[in-house]
Amino acid sequence: MAGHSHFSPSDVEEHFEFTAEGRKRVIYAFLAGTIALIVGIFLLSRGEHDAAHAVAEHGGEHLSGGAVSHHEVYDWTTRIWANLWLNGVYFTGIAVIGMFFVSIQYLAKAGWSSVVKRVAEAFPPFLIISGSVLLLTFLFKGDAIFHWMHEGVTVKGNEHYDKIIAGKSGYLNKGFFLGRMIFFFAGWLLLWNWMRKKSLAEDLEGGTDNFYQMVKIGTIFILLMGVSSSMGAWDWVMSIDTHWFSTMFGWYMFSSWHVTGLATITLTVLLLKDKGYMQYVNFNHLHDLGKFMFAFSIFWTYVWFAQFLLIYYANFPEETIYFLERWEGHDKIYKATEILNVFFNFFFPFLVMMSRDAKRTPIFLKICCAFILVGHYLDFYQMIMPGTVGKHGGYGLVEFGMVAMFASAFVYVVSVQLTKASLIAKNHPFLEEALHHDI
Amino acid sequence: MDSTERYLVGVYDDDEEVVAAVKEVKNSGVKIEEVYTPFPIHGLDVALGHARTRLPIAAFMFGCLGLVCILSLISYTMYFDWPMIIGGKDYFALPDFIPVSFEGTVLFTAFGMVTTFLVSNSLWPGKKPRTFDLRSTDDKFIMAVNMANNRKSESEIETILRASGAIEVNVKQF
Repeated sequence: MAGHSHFSPSDVEEHFEFTAEGRKRVIYAFLAGTIALIVGIFLLSRGEHDAAHAVAEHGGEHLSGGAVSHHEVYDWTTRIWANLWLNGVYFTGIAVIGMFFVSIQYLAKAGWSSVVKRVAEAFPPFLIISGSVLLLTFLFKGDAIFHWMHEGVTVKGNEHYDKIIAGKSGYLNKGFFLGRMIFFFAGWLLLWNWMRKKSLAEDLEGGTDNFYQMVKIGTIFILLMGVSSSMGAWDWVMSIDTHWFSTMFGWYMFSSWHVTGLATITLTVLLLKDKGYMQYVNFNHLHDLGKFMFAFSIFWTYVWFAQFLLIYYANFPEETIYFLERWEGHDKIYKATEILNVFFNFFFPFLVMMSRDAKRTPIFLKICCAFILVGHYLDFYQMIMPGTVGKHGGYGLVEFGMVAMFASAFVYVVSVQLTKASLIAKNHPFLEEALHHDI
Repeated sequence: MDSTERYLVGVYDDDEEVVAAVKEVKNSGVKIEEVYTPFPIHGLDVALGHARTRLPIAAFMFGCLGLVCILSLISYTMYFDWPMIIGGKDYFALPDFIPVSFEGTVLFTAFGMVTTFLVSNSLWPGKKPRTFDLRSTDDKFIMAVNMANNRKSESEIETILRASGAIEVNVKQF
């Protein structure tokens, strides 16, 4: 009894204000990204014109398991669609992990996280945007990204006939692919919507009914997530390198998504704290978020390395091509990213966040968040680019502009969502425990 | 008389009471040796003002030692002593060495930590345990005050302990 501060919900309700100034900044960032993208596309259209001839002369012989391997004429616009796809997948991950994080906390009946759950809860609405981007890109330019969508690859007797792809066409065909994509996005959004309604009702009603219902919704979501994250990984990323497959891939992409989402949650909490919100989030909560980031950076490394080691050790040509392509193929333009990938996503967070003090120091956490966010962008870049644009890839205005556009749209959507509810879930049954969290 | 250590042992009934009592007793200028509780209490170590444990540093060192030892062993056997080609890889096939290096790191860390813990707590085989009050393993919270570290008289300290909420104050000698 002694020493416990008595807390009344009305004292802690706190509303985020998305100021006109803030809106303006986000919109400017979006516009800057748009301009960069337009300039980038312009430069690309001029530059690639000459390069296309060079490729045609040399026969375009290079190491590739992806769409550009079949001596087809490279279309310079591919890079735009590949970038759309890359950012679509990357930001889909961050958004869906917001829901996943909340679901896990409910399933585990965790107390400490009730102070940060509203932040994670604000991410999933971005799925509407990222999902639309993926859907439209697939519908209109899917064949630029996916080898298996090319004309005639499954038709026997056609000059482009490909036995391996034909064998996979029961799973990899346009209708089934679309169906899965719509089902996953709709499922995620509906479950989020349901969860959000209960969460807001809890603010008004109190009690524990809503809590137990959210435990159920979270459980359903985790079941869906278990299936959808793996199948999404096969569909949206692994099928780019259509001939290649890895049984680790579902886990690999999920782990990348997860740690990116955790870094985004942590960074958002830290930025909100800097603005004077969420002062009830103390070093102990940050420490826990830091532990999450630390642990799942190692988890990502574990999965990434397990996938690599199995392929390296078994040494089957049809499997090693994936890594050879990234290490030596395409005039070695992906080699640096491959090294940075492991440095940003493993060595840096592992060594920096190992100590207790680092996880309790906002500036260290922020730096690690930044490294993880950039690092996993590079990770997805590495998964998507070699199979789509091949040796025509690179880091140009198209990449930077597109990231700026997606990131600012994400910030805008999340900020709007944060204004819609109190930043603290004031009737969460474990709130009292979270406010006294001490580790 | 001089060779024995003399302790004053305060017995408390409640976990939150004992944390408050620690602050109170410390504020009255008494140096507390240690507090024994049946379960971990949040904030007790902070209230006692114990220096932070250096076990994580030991763990890191043991981990580094393990990594170096195992990598040395495997590269000596697989590269220098008896080079073997396995699966068409180089003699020094680093990716193949990673899993065993990882395991070695974990093994050295685990054993090293346990050893460090036992040594730093003087828990070697045959050691007679120092129990201030057996009830600290059941439902009581025990505060031990080493008389050698305190200038105040026993009766003074006893008064302070009782004022802070101790239900009993006993003398214990080792």
